[in-house]
This record gives sequence, structure tokens and C-alpha cells, in this order.
Amino acid sequence: MDLFANLALGFSTVLKLVDVNVPLLGVMPLPVNILLCFIGCLIGTLIGVLPGVGPIATIAILLPITFGLDPTGALIMLAGIYYGAQYGGSTTAILVNIPGEATSVVTTLDGHQMAKQGRAGVALGIAALGSFFAGCVATLVIAALGLPLTKLALLFGPAEYFSLMVMGLVFAVVLARGSVVKALAMIVLGLLLSTVGTDLESGQERLTMGLQDLSDGVDFAVLAMGLFGFAEILRNIESPETRDVVRGSIGRLLPSMADLKQSFWPVVRGTGLGAILGILPGNGAVLGPFASYTLEKKIAKDPRRFGRGAIEGVAGPESANNAGAQTAFIPLLTLGIPPNAVMALMVGAMTIHGIIPGPQVMTKNPNLFWGMVVSMWIGNLMLLIINLPLVGLWVKLLKVPYRLMFPAILIFCCIGIYSINNNPSDVLFTAFFGLIGYVLIKFSFEPAPLLLGFVLGKLMEEKLRQALILSRGSFSTFIERPVSAGLLVVAAIMLVLALLPSIQKSRDEVFTE
Amino acid sequence: MKRLLIATAALLAATAAGHAQAYPTKPITMVVPFAAGGPTDIVARIVSEHMSRTLGQQIVVENVAGAGGTTGTTRTAQAAPDGYNIMMGHMGTHGAAPALYPNLKYDPTKDFETVGMAAGTPILIVARRDLPPKDLKEFMAYAKQQNDKLNEAHAGVGSVSHTTCVMLNVQLGIKPTAVPYKGTGPALNDLVSGQVDFMCDQIVNLVEQIKAGSIKAYAVATPERSPALPDVPTTKEAGMPEYQVSAWNAIFAPKGTPDAITAKLNDALVKALTDETTKKRLLDLGGVLPDEKGRTREALKTFVAAEVARWTPVLKQAGVTAN
Repeated sequence: MDLFANLALGFSTVLKLVDVNVPLLGVMPLPVNILLCFIGCLIGTLIGVLPGVGPIATIAILLPITFGLDPTGALIMLAGIYYGAQYGGSTTAILVNIPGEATSVVTTLDGHQMAKQGRAGVALGIAALGSFFAGCVATLVIAALGLPLTKLALLFGPAEYFSLMVMGLVFAVVLARGSVVKALAMIVLGLLLSTVGTDLESGQERLTMGLQDLSDGVDFAVLAMGLFGFAEILRNIESPETRDVVRGSIGRLLPSMADLKQSFWPVVRGTGLGAILGILPGNGAVLGPFASYTLEKKIAKDPRRFGRGAIEGVAGPESANNAGAQTAFIPLLTLGIPPNAVMALMVGAMTIHGIIPGPQVMTKNPNLFWGMVVSMWIGNLMLLIINLPLVGLWVKLLKVPYRLMFPAILIFCCIGIYSINNNPSDVLFTAFFGLIGYVLIKFSFEPAPLLLGFVLGKLMEEKLRQALILSRGSFSTFIERPVSAGLLVVAAIMLVLALLPSIQKSRDEVFTE
Repeated sequence: MKRLLIATAALLAATAAGHAQAYPTKPITMVVPFAAGGPTDIVARIVSEHMSRTLGQQIVVENVAGAGGTTGTTRTAQAAPDGYNIMMGHMGTHGAAPALYPNLKYDPTKDFETVGMAAGTPILIVARRDLPPKDLKEFMAYAKQQNDKLNEAHAGVGSVSHTTCVMLNVQLGIKPTAVPYKGTGPALNDLVSGQVDFMCDQIVNLVEQIKAGSIKAYAVATPERSPALPDVPTTKEAGMPEYQVSAWNAIFAPKGTPDAITAKLNDALVKALTDETTKKRLLDLGGVLPDEKGRTREALKTFVAAEVARWTPVLKQAGVTAN
């Protein structure tokens, strides 16, 4: 079968020995690509852990260093940074409640609760194991189904995309732990924040208050670091005792058999959802963790455990996150079209190395394509080996007194935010959102639905307007196109399912009070 | 007293000259006013790598994206003119911006010293693969007949794909329905899948799609065919000679940067453009390199003035502004 021949080609590319002139030791054959893969994964893990420093800034900084490498090795390393960051990102989300990226917002919900209950090690362990499983499956998906799945990306026009985002909004309702009304208010606020900036069609500035720095809108990292990172620090300084809960008990380091059993199906389902959504153009991967969390919460016997440290709420979304990060390479490698900002950077990296991405990369550069696919699987194995022993170290970090920890977190956040656009005003905006986040926490509004509303809002408006321009203003385009109509029906069903128990629950809560 | 003054002045002059001779003594920052990985960023990184070797100091590429490239350009315009702050400007920031942004905080013709042209990337007119017209002549007739029934994709107001298409539309006298996207990637995605009809963009973004047949090219808007796509005719051959546009990239320094320093930078740039490896890398992208006359600082100065004069009436006529 072709697949095996191709995978063999991939393995031979990755394991190839290259004569390298090592200082002091002379010329010796080294498996350069494996080493690069390891370096990429290690850097990825580190930047994932550091709040605010994202893969985009890191890859941009490291790009010139890769000039001297051969393109396959360079891309293997850069890809390692990207999916390595997804592993590392969950660590910060679980330990200090800061989502490094849109995809780890969901992990904060139950992951941090688990850490507070002394189960940080278990949460980190299941995140790593789930991610490993997802990474392996997603690699196989790319290898076996990459080409046919490309059609899926092309099936999604603006109308389909808009309907998918509507479905995403329903997820946001389900995310809410407390009042549905408050969650809805947060979603709307998030949608409104997403409209700040230059209007796509007319070029007019909206809600920028004349500030040039707002003309491109609010950056996700700025908002997330403010609402989660800075606000969390303010809250912790105010009440040091909540930190002691995390510090007091550490509990077991790795998940028990019972934990693994409980997480197995969520991991499988999360992997499936994440893999499919990752293929879609326009950053469909962000929806993966949210979709997985919604699904797990809906099918759980006792949905009330969610938001209070349910292991399924970490296992599912973390797998979805990693599967999506991996399958996002499909449109890049088979179509030559980048589905998100990180992939756009990978296009730049390939172009600088003289490989202009396009539909023919697979046939013209089979070494590169299959080498990258195989390196992803090896990289996932490495990440597991890097991350599992680190769990103990991370958990020990929680013992560091908070008065020493928060200045460090704050500094890393500031550096990370500055590195996005090299713009000092971004740091000021983060501080501003930190204050807002603090006020929201005080009034028990949750920031997670706001962030999801914000992420979806940007895409939703763009796709809505494109769809309406193409249909010359006719809304029926959303129901005339079968895929779009199907997605809307699913969204409607989910909304009903989501609202019924919440309304009942809030009534229950009224009665118990 | 007078002697002292003269001595001081002489000393100052000597140190100034000494500075220019010793320049550069520390890394140079090159602002790229767009996100990393885009066409301008790629040109900047390829050129600056060779320039660093000539100058003996690292040129650090700093991506300051935002507001169609005007954020980073404003920053360079206001930076210290000491030779350590330079930028890679392009057709948008130093050509179309004055017409697009009425509140622009810099003047491309007055607030910069020119260092030199780096590379241009030709603009192509492309269409979804099943659009009826087979060549540019048929497309011109078809576009006039279909007019607003035709859907044109572009990568956002003020982007290269937008302004160059505005030029095409003005010259053809058509008003197709413009569908804005956030970036070339999603626009290209919808062109490949046939949601939109046509677009104009830089050759580097399109070349592999055209070779694979997932979209078709009508013409390249340069005087000569591109070696990257030898089968695609020029606009002149295909019947629309007046449509000549290129997304050029050139190096600028803030106004007041000493002459000796811009001369040194220009020399390093010219060395980079004549280096075989660097040249090949730029040509492989479909880039067009300036000829000997076009590489000087003066040539760039004249060119920028001409570009501003050319774009302003076209964009004003089409009623396009970005804020």
C-alpha cells in the first residue's frame, strides 16, 4: 500500500544521518532532523508555559535562525514549536488559570479547579496523555486522509462558516457555570469588543475613540491576558488564602486507573471533534475544545461537576486542542492555503526556504511532506517524554510563595504581550482589561463566554457580510445551502437542549437558597 | 575663545565623519510594517541577511504590523535618524497610503531618506478556474457585460490586492461587487473553491495555485513575462497595456539620516541584489529586481513621488479611503 511506502519515506527523512562538523569533536553523522524536532518541541513547551509568549512571536523570532538549515529540518522544528506550545499552554491554564491561547480557555475552567483541589498533577498528566493520543491519531489522519479531507475545507464558503459560528455561540451558553443571563451578557460584550477596529468593507474605524492603536481592533492575547492573567493576580493578592488551597495539598502526580478510565471516551470524542474542526479554514480549530467541552457536559450523568474540577472537562478539550493543531496542517500542506495566523507564518517560512506552498507540495517535495508528517508523530512522543517528568516540577512550582510568583507571572505576561506587535500600548490595554476582569469577577460574571464571543465575533461578522455580499443581500442563502442549513439545525437543537436544563437548574437553585 | 569654538567645531565634524565611517557599530533595526511571513517580510529577510554580512552588523527585522502598514511606517518616520532605524516600505505605505488615510501622520515623499529599491513582485489578474472567459480580452468584455454581477475578492481595504484591483476596475470602467477578506489566504481559499470570480494579487501568493490549475491567470501586469510563469502573457501582450502595477518593496530611513550612512546602506543593498544566491532566491519568488539605474537612492526618490502622484487620483476617483 502507498501509505506504508510514504511513511517509510517519512521515517527515512526524519532519521537520516547528516555529517555535521561538531566543534571540538570533528565531523560526525548526526540525526539532525530528530534533534531539530526535539529542539522545536522543547522550545514549544517552554513558550507554551510562559504566559503571553505565543508560537507566532517565537516562530517569527526564530525564523532567521533557520536560514542555514535545510528546509525540511527547519519546518520540522517550526512545526514542533507550534504543537509543542499547545502542550505547554495547558500547564499555565491549569496551574495559574491563564489561557495562553484561545484554545486553552476551556482548560482553565476545570483544570484550575482540579489544581485547587490538589489534583494539579492528575490534570497535567491527563492533558499530556490525552494530547499524545490526539496527536497520534491526527498524524494518521493527515497521512491517510489528508488529500480527500482537503475537499472539506473547500466545501466551506462564507455561509457555511457563519452557520458554524452560530453553533459556536451555543457552546458559549453551555460553558457558563452560573447564571445563563450573565453568560449571555458576557457573550454579547465579547461580540461587541470584536467589532472594535477598522471596518472590513468600508475601511471606516469603529469604536476606536480616535486611538490609532485600536485601528486593528483588540488582540486576543491582550484581552485574554488581561481578563484572566492580570485579573486573577489582582484577585489573588486580595485574598491570599485561596492560593493556599493550591499550595497546601499536591496529591498524586499521575492519573490513577479510575481517572484514565473516566477520561478514555472524552479523549476519543475530543480527538474526533478537534481533528474535523482543525481542517476548516479560518481557524476552525479554536472551536474544537469548546465543542468537546459542550459535548462532555451534555452527555455527562451529572453535568454539575463541570466547572468544579471534572476530569472529562480537561481530557476532552485538551485532546481536541491538540488534534486541531495537527490537522490544521492539512490545508497548508495539501492546498497551500494557511488556515490561521501560525500557518500563515509557516507559509512564510517555507517560501523563504524556496518552497512555495501550493497543491503540489506533496508530489513535488514528498520528502518534506512525509518527513513532516512522521516528525509530528515522533514529536508527540517526545512531548510526552518531556512533559510527564515535568509534571512533578510544575506542581512543585505551586509551592513557591505567591508574593514571589506573581511578579514573575506579571513580567512574563508583559513581555509576551509586547512581543506580539512590538507595541507598548498593547501592555497598557492588557492592564485596562485586567481591571475590567477584576470588576467582572467581583460581580461573578465569567470571562470564558466573553472570550468565546470575542473569538467568534470576528469571524462571524466577516463571514456574515461576505455571505450576504455574495447572495446580494438575501438571507435565504443560509438555508438554501445544505451544509449551512444542517449546521443551523444542529445549533437550534443544541440551544434547546442547553437552555432547558439550565432554566430548570436555575429554578432549582432558587429553591435551595 | 574663537579658536576654541573652531577647534570644537572641527572636533565635532571629525567625530561625525568618524561615526559615518565606523557605522554600523551595533545591530540595525529594520521595521517591516506587516506580519511576519508575508511577501514584504520575506523580501526584507532575504535582503537583510546578505546586507548584514556586508555591513558586519546584524540587521534585526522587527514586524510592526497594523493599519495597513502605516503604524510601522509612522514609527520609522519618527525614529532617530542615526542609521540604526530603517524600514522596508512598499507600494501601499509609500504610494497608496496618502490617498487611503487622510489622517496619515507621515508624508512618504518628505519624511524619509531613500536607501534603495529592493524587489518588486508582479501583480497577476487571476480568476476561478471555471470562469467562462479564456483570456484577458474575453475577460475585459465579460467584465463590462457582467459588471456588478461579478464578484471580486480582496484581502482588506488598503491591501495590495485591493488597491491594484481598484486600478484595474477604474481603467476598465467596471464596478464589480467587492468581497473583502482578512488576508490573502482566506480570499484565495474562496477563489479556489469557486465562491468568488476573480482577484488581483502578488505572484508569490498565486504561482503554485496557477501551476496546479486550481485557478487561472489572465495576465501579469509587468512589461515582461515572469520567469516563474512563462506561459502567462503580459497585460501589454494580452490587450491592456495601460495596466502596469507592481507591489514594490524598498528600503527607507527617517528624514535626516546622514548621507554617508544611506550611501553605505545602499551599497550593501546593491551588493545583496548582485549576489547570485540572494538574487536567485528573490527571482524564485517571482520577484523583479531593479536594474542598475533603478538601484540608486535618487531613482527611488523620483519613483516614490511618481507612485504617490499615480495612486492618489485613482483611489480618490474610486472613492476608496481606509479611515
